[in-house]
Amino acid sequence: MRHIISILMENESGALSRVAGLFSARGYNIESLTVAPTEDPTLSRLTLVTRGSEEVVEQITKQLNKLVDVVKLLDLTEHRHIEREIAMMKVRVAGGEDRAEVMRMAEIFRGRIIDVSSDTYVVELTGDSAKLDAFIEAMRPFDVVEVVRSGVMGIARGDVALRL
Amino acid sequence: MICPRQRFPRGGWIRCVHQEIETVELTGAEIFARCLQEEGVDLVFGYPGGSVLHIYDALFKQDQVGHVLVRHEQAAVHAAEGYAKSTNRPGVVLVTSGPGATNAVTGIANAYMDSVPMVVFTGQVPTSLIGNDAFQEVDTVGITRPCVKHNFLVKDVKDLAVTIKKAFYLATTGRPGPVVVDIPKDITADRCPFHYPKSMQMRSYNPTVKGHPGQIRRAVDLLLQARQPVIYSGGGVVLGGGSKLLTEFTRLLNFPITNTLMGLGAYPASDRQFLGMLGMHGTYEANMAMHHADVLVAIGARFDDRVTGNVAKFCPNARIIHVDVDPASISKNVKVDVPIVGQVEPVLRAMLKELRARERRPDADAMEKWWKQIDEWRAMDCLKYDRESERIKPQAVIETLHRLTGGDAFITSDVGQHQMWAAQFYGFDKPNRWINSGGLGTMGFGLPAAIGTQLAHPGETVACITGESSIQMCIQELSTALQYRLPIKVLTLNNSYMGMVRQWQEFFYQGRYAMSYMEALPDFVQLAEAYGHVGMRIERPGDVEGALREALDMKDRLVFMDFITDADENVYPMVPAGAGQNEMILL
Ligand SMILES: Cc1cc2nc3c(=O)[nH]c(=O)nc-3n(C[C@H](O)[C@H](O)[C@H](O)COP(=O)(O)OP(=O)(O)OC[C@H]3O[C@@H](n4cnc5c(N)ncnc54)[C@H](O)[C@@H]3O)c2cc1C
Ligand SMILES: Cc1ncc(C[n+]2csc(CCOP(=O)(O)OP(=O)(O)O)c2C)c(N)n1
Ligand SMILES: [Mg+2]
Repeated sequence: MRHIISILMENESGALSRVAGLFSARGYNIESLTVAPTEDPTLSRLTLVTRGSEEVVEQITKQLNKLVDVVKLLDLTEHRHIEREIAMMKVRVAGGEDRAEVMRMAEIFRGRIIDVSSDTYVVELTGDSAKLDAFIEAMRPFDVVEVVRSGVMGIARGDVALRL
Repeated sequence: MICPRQRFPRGGWIRCVHQEIETVELTGAEIFARCLQEEGVDLVFGYPGGSVLHIYDALFKQDQVGHVLVRHEQAAVHAAEGYAKSTNRPGVVLVTSGPGATNAVTGIANAYMDSVPMVVFTGQVPTSLIGNDAFQEVDTVGITRPCVKHNFLVKDVKDLAVTIKKAFYLATTGRPGPVVVDIPKDITADRCPFHYPKSMQMRSYNPTVKGHPGQIRRAVDLLLQARQPVIYSGGGVVLGGGSKLLTEFTRLLNFPITNTLMGLGAYPASDRQFLGMLGMHGTYEANMAMHHADVLVAIGARFDDRVTGNVAKFCPNARIIHVDVDPASISKNVKVDVPIVGQVEPVLRAMLKELRARERRPDADAMEKWWKQIDEWRAMDCLKYDRESERIKPQAVIETLHRLTGGDAFITSDVGQHQMWAAQFYGFDKPNRWINSGGLGTMGFGLPAAIGTQLAHPGETVACITGESSIQMCIQELSTALQYRLPIKVLTLNNSYMGMVRQWQEFFYQGRYAMSYMEALPDFVQLAEAYGHVGMRIERPGDVEGALREALDMKDRLVFMDFITDADENVYPMVPAGAGQNEMILL
């Protein structure tokens, strides 16, 4: 099953490599990983998406908790939660027709055009991974130059929270 | 034996000490020495080099912390491990950057696999050069990351004391393990005021100590329903100082008990309730009892594959209680029914209290039947060997050693057949006396481990049981043993083969003995003598006892005994890889 796990860890150099190293050393899957400092600069928040049987995911959470730098961890999959990912896509827009069509697609997906040059647009889009997949699929007919995705982040709904 | 604390020659430095007392700020190197003093460290095992010269200088100028100079950094770590395993105090290592650190890695990995409390200090190039491929630079934190409990790179002298405090705290609490502290050279010259924290708390690290009361009650309920119970205890009991309580617990319940290779000595081997070691080379009775158990109590053991054999066939009828301080050890390889996270000592104490509060005891008839069954398995005499042989049987050497030392020696070992025979035939009645490499299985461990053990226990008998192949992996340490006049008894069971490899080739590769014959062996007697020790070569069964007596009587000499043993001997029983515990190869 797919799990999304959020982790608060000490904002120490090397902390991220401990997480990444754990996954490669123990042969766990890692689909995406995002990390940034939190409002408390001594802490980083890391969100990762992994896949595995219940036993494997149980081991993953135990092994993550065992890392000395990990302060707290929440398997969001066990709670009602919201997931978001951001994508930016650069598309070549040769003529006026393409320009109009790309703008229309961006609108349908509630994306925004955030950069315009003489022959390219950059479209920004936020949503869950499935929505981003669908958008990328829908944009296939165009001349897509590059796509960058942030990886998933998530937060629990309601009272559940990951904080100290 | 020479006390390493007095090894630093004196004189010439007294003036500097006076100068330094006047300054309030200390250098990083001085802070380092002070921290070790505060931790009560009496011995550091190490080897100097450029990046740790300030530290060596600071150690030179004091005499509270002694230093043992080994001949290879791998041996420093193994020696520290021998010290730690035989005392339950953390082992301390100091090596230089680059090759010093990489040489230490095997030892660190070994300590990690066996959960040994240890702090390893590595020198590093100055902070300004880190990342420049500087002379003797390696990314020590990166290289050791997968085989340490935690590691640190100190980037500011102000962090040094706290980091050292954290390192000792992490190494010795929860599930013990090695912690590496990488110290760039400039940090050891920088100055700051010294303050050593009295205690340590970390928001990210709070190991569980006591077991959950509800789980303890559930466990006791299950224990009292058992009809065919087995206690399977491991290295955690030795590491956690739980052996007295384990013995009390086992006796109170009258349950049979088996120990892992790492757990030997936690329960007295001479006791009737002891079934011997379990696992790949465990006894028939221990493995059969495991296979037929209805309730299994695992205490400080981690269901290693050398123990379980094929997990699909493991303990098919048992409900399992598992006590372990590391939640990640629980239900990792085998799903358990009653997990108890906590230190063995408080958990056993709580279980005993709960048991005593209950009227009920396990069904007496069922237990009698179970013991009768176990005694039948025991009657197979699975450790039998040919006692009439004209060649020296390795088992006989160990039995004789056991008899002559009253079972009371500290025994270290290397890796191979000799290790298994030592485990099977030297019945350990006390914990912390059996010091071997279990998880990593590192040949070369035995001699340096004996050095650390002997230094921690001057006046006690320390014997290293080894093979002619293993001993050559750290043979240079004979020189260290001479420097400190360590009267270790080295028993080489010389079968001129990598016997354990040869045995697998005999059983599973139709006797194609690829590369397992040890040609061109040195003359060990001459070699020992060249190192300044006593050498003996023993070729006939009739000479074994006399030679051992003579060696044990030499209280102030290292004696290297080269026993020419039967090369065809195999370790029995054996659970082949992939088989169930009940599917043993017997003699
Ligand atoms: C050639 C060779 C053959 C081998 N054959 C065998 C064999 O036949 N049988 C065998 O048993 N082994 C054998 N081994 C060893 C095997 O590889 C493992 O090292 C060993 O089985 C592990 O022992 P253990 O389960 O006691 O765990 P250890 O490695 O000793 O781990 C201790 C466990 O206890 C926990 N713990 C630590 N401290 C505490 C505490 N204070 N409180 C609670 N829990 C704690 C830890 O978290 C860990 O889970 C062999 C090794 C070699 C090299
Ligand atoms: C460093 C290292 N290399 C290789 C091995 C694989 N290995 C395990 S046992 C063994 C043979 C050991 O031979 P010896 O020391 O003579 O002991 P014996 O089995 O003959 O008693 C080998 C090569 C190992 N455990 N460690
Ligand atoms: Mg051999």
